[in-house]
Amino acid sequence: MKGTVALPAPIAEFPWRVVLPLTLLVAFGAAVLHSAAGGSMSPYASSHLIRYGVFLIVALVISYFPQDWARFAALPGYIAVVLLLVAVEAMGQMGGGSQRWLELGFMRLQPSEVMKPGIVLILAAFFHTLPVGMINSWRALLVPLGLIAIPMALVLLQPDLGTSLAIAFGGVVVMFLAGIPQKWFIGGGIAAIVAVPLAYMFALKPYQQQRVLTFLDPASDPQGSGYHIIQSQIAIGSGGISGKGFGEGSQSQLDYLPEPHTDFVFATMAEEWGLLGGLLVLLIFGIVLRWGLIVARDAQDRFSRLLAGGLTATIFFYVAVNLMMVMGLAPVVGIPLPFMSHGGSSMMTNMLCVGGIMMVERWNRRNRQSNL
Amino acid sequence: MNRKLTSNSLKQTFDRRSFVVGAVQGGIGCLLAARMGYIAVAENEKYEMEAESNRVNLTLIPPRRGWILDRDGSPLASNRADFRVDIIPERLHDPEHTVELLGELLEFTEVEKIDLLERVEQSRGFAAVPVASGLEFDKFAAVSVRLPELPGVVPQRGFSRFYPTGASVGHLIGYVGAPSREEYEEEPQPLLLTPGFKMGKDGLEQQFEQTLRGIPGARRVEVTASGRIVRDLETREDVQGQAVRLTIDGPLQDYAARRLGLESGSVVVMDCVTGDLLCMASMPSFDPNSFSDGIGRLEYSMLSENDRVPLRNKVLQGLYPPGSTVKPTVGMALLGEGIDPDETVSCSGGLRVGDRVFRCWNRRGHGQTNLAKAIYQSCDVYFYSMAQRIGMWPIADACKRYGMQQQFDLPVVSQFYGTVPDPDWKQEKYGREWQAFDTVNATIGQGYMLASPLQLAVMASRLATSEIVTPRLQFSNTVPQFSGMGVSNEYKNYIRQAMSDVVNGPGTAGRARLPVDDVLMAGKTGTAQVVGLNISDGRSGPWRYRDHGLFIFFAPFDNPRYAGAVVIEHGGGSGSAYPVARDVMTFLFDPQRGLDALHNLERQWGGTAQQRLDRQYAEYASAAGVDLPPAPPPVTLARQVDAEARAAAAEPREADTNAFTPRDEANPRGDGTST
Repeated sequence: MKGTVALPAPIAEFPWRVVLPLTLLVAFGAAVLHSAAGGSMSPYASSHLIRYGVFLIVALVISYFPQDWARFAALPGYIAVVLLLVAVEAMGQMGGGSQRWLELGFMRLQPSEVMKPGIVLILAAFFHTLPVGMINSWRALLVPLGLIAIPMALVLLQPDLGTSLAIAFGGVVVMFLAGIPQKWFIGGGIAAIVAVPLAYMFALKPYQQQRVLTFLDPASDPQGSGYHIIQSQIAIGSGGISGKGFGEGSQSQLDYLPEPHTDFVFATMAEEWGLLGGLLVLLIFGIVLRWGLIVARDAQDRFSRLLAGGLTATIFFYVAVNLMMVMGLAPVVGIPLPFMSHGGSSMMTNMLCVGGIMMVERWNRRNRQSNL
Repeated sequence: MNRKLTSNSLKQTFDRRSFVVGAVQGGIGCLLAARMGYIAVAENEKYEMEAESNRVNLTLIPPRRGWILDRDGSPLASNRADFRVDIIPERLHDPEHTVELLGELLEFTEVEKIDLLERVEQSRGFAAVPVASGLEFDKFAAVSVRLPELPGVVPQRGFSRFYPTGASVGHLIGYVGAPSREEYEEEPQPLLLTPGFKMGKDGLEQQFEQTLRGIPGARRVEVTASGRIVRDLETREDVQGQAVRLTIDGPLQDYAARRLGLESGSVVVMDCVTGDLLCMASMPSFDPNSFSDGIGRLEYSMLSENDRVPLRNKVLQGLYPPGSTVKPTVGMALLGEGIDPDETVSCSGGLRVGDRVFRCWNRRGHGQTNLAKAIYQSCDVYFYSMAQRIGMWPIADACKRYGMQQQFDLPVVSQFYGTVPDPDWKQEKYGREWQAFDTVNATIGQGYMLASPLQLAVMASRLATSEIVTPRLQFSNTVPQFSGMGVSNEYKNYIRQAMSDVVNGPGTAGRARLPVDDVLMAGKTGTAQVVGLNISDGRSGPWRYRDHGLFIFFAPFDNPRYAGAVVIEHGGGSGSAYPVARDVMTFLFDPQRGLDALHNLERQWGGTAQQRLDRQYAEYASAAGVDLPPAPPPVTLARQVDAEARAAAAEPREADTNAFTPRDEANPRGDGTST
């Protein structure tokens, strides 16, 4: 311990570096949700704070798991979640419609959400057990791809393009960090360029195709599917530098902005808090993500590194896609903004990721201590 | 060793690649910050404007329409505050249901409901459809309370046009109505789509539309995306349209219209010193008050089935053979050609022209007849004889100079020319030579001659003053200087005296003498034949075969101030016309005496014109039930009426070669003592 002030161990080891900015962000999010509810804590802001509290405890509990537990849990956990996905799909088939969650009584569990940190965990564990020399082998490519493809296919069936892309992104980033040869990424990139138009033509549902078209030219259908993008940009743009003031955003208060408390919560915020509020949010996300990457780089072993890096990437994917969407840089894919959007699943996924990174951070500290 | 190296190299790869990932993340973060800065700062103004146009809804408040005033400043058309309900079709979810519920709330009959539904469907998606106006507060409140169930229904307080004298001014003033699609296309302004806005559809309301319209007010309200009004931001008052002051004498107009009673006809009275049109009554008419909310199928059906064409302004669009009323003008032509007024023609009841015998209306003959007697006794033979001497050209010229076949510079929608035939005209029209008998027919205002009541009134004014009096309808304090007609005082007075004798002397209209001391009215009777003797005697039988009754007049005869014309369609002869002229002039000089006469008549007729119209409507409604064809929009209606009027007033298709047999000149119905 090199700290000048001798703090009790639990306080000194508490992950202040992430909990403080996160709490600030969640509180800010709660303020925005308060405004989105027309100036009321219910229904959004209060449940947002409660969920944060609950999942923060969950994350802290996770952070105390030893590395062995995490490694051994990876495969059974992965299989369990895949089975849950199959179960959800089967129930949806029987129920005669698409269903994404399991009713557990106290909450609705979306297995696809759990899969986002899950895929990172299983791939980290896989690369950890993979003999180092085999990193250039086909096995290092095909097994992870298979592990990604199974849940991705199941989630696509739901259909939930956003989540399946998030799963793919997390997985691919872990593969990238694991050091599989660059040529496969270049090849994969070329394949993607070829595949995207084909996927657009054949894989996307008409409403998804429409979203892509609308993203390319929102003005083509200002009252229909372009409405979201246009209204969101109006909200952000009309906020200016310092915003219209708390509770004064006409776009959100008068219902012009769709989904002001979930997917477009950033626009709600930006209208009332302006560019300054937006930069604050970006800054906090920057701090959190930078913390995640630092934890990954500080990690002593391959498993921890890949786990922390992949989890950070998963959070990043949410943030980037959501913000690009609300600013008109990406098509509308229903992805909420972590820690600000109202919604239990998103809060759970992101707090699981944070918990996972905190866990790695704790392992790092233990290792450093033991090394000393 | 080897394994450790590889593990280290993997660690290096990880560091390198995690740096790439971090850089990509940072890059996207910067991109997002830049994008946000661009939207929020560089494009801030644009998006602020768009947010504002989202938030603020501008509602136009229809301007109060300018009043139409009579010469004394009393309103012929004003506005009254009223509760009204409109439907905006494109906001309707379920038209049938809405109309049904609305009909219940407003206690509509089945016909009215069907009518409303039809109007809503026809104008679907376009402008507001008026449902009802002039509502009592209770009904208005009933609709307002149930608004959540009635999307697209707009109840509002507004103003509706009010015509105090109703049907009396219908043709003159016209009416207002919601703009049609065509009108909006011609003038694409948002005001025309505003519920409650009315524009002039006919008559002066249409002519003075831009003057009367005013400037709309505006109400800025904050609305939610679903259109709910959150609060009022600001309201700009409307600016009422300017008033238009007419030369019309409101009470006289009303009196004349009512005095026409059960007849189909028109009364024109002019101030022959200034040319002011004091009265342009045309009956039967429609009630512009009820027209102003669109014509219901019932009303349309009733009006279109009426053979007395209540939709036609007969003052301007009724054309009639002037009959003997043209004789003073022909007399002027004779004098102008140097005929000695004292020269006599012996009338034995007829005159042979070529191989035909032209009869005088008085079969026994008038004996020795000079010009004066030929006017006051309306001797046809004198004019047959004299006209042949001077030929058609001077007569046609005189007729035109005295106002026939002229259009006047008046703010009216349309006025018909009529016809003054001459040899060239006949050649061009029928390709036939002008014959002596054509001249003979024309001298007594028959044959091809056609004139409108307005032209006849102008003719009376010019005969009275020997000045080129031109009519005007917009009030002005200036007294125009009319140029003279080049008639000597001697002749002017001669004709005045002869026309006075028609009424006050041994003439054809003794019963037209004014019951007012010291005011002597001069006039000239006319009976215009519609069909030949073989079909009808012109006095009895089917209405449409009866003769038109005409009378032109001015008073006082020796210092004329007022002049005018009365035309009674199918009145059965001039006897139907001059009593109207007498009473109208009596009202002008002694209103109480005139009113007494009118009240007596109205008791016989069963109420005022408005009361009779209302009763007729009620009877028609109960008789017709629900099975009526829908009403066309008012614009087409007006055009249709125009077309009918034109057809009815057109010259005969074939050249007429028959000798004309005039009817008894003075034949007041139920009064055998014609003189």
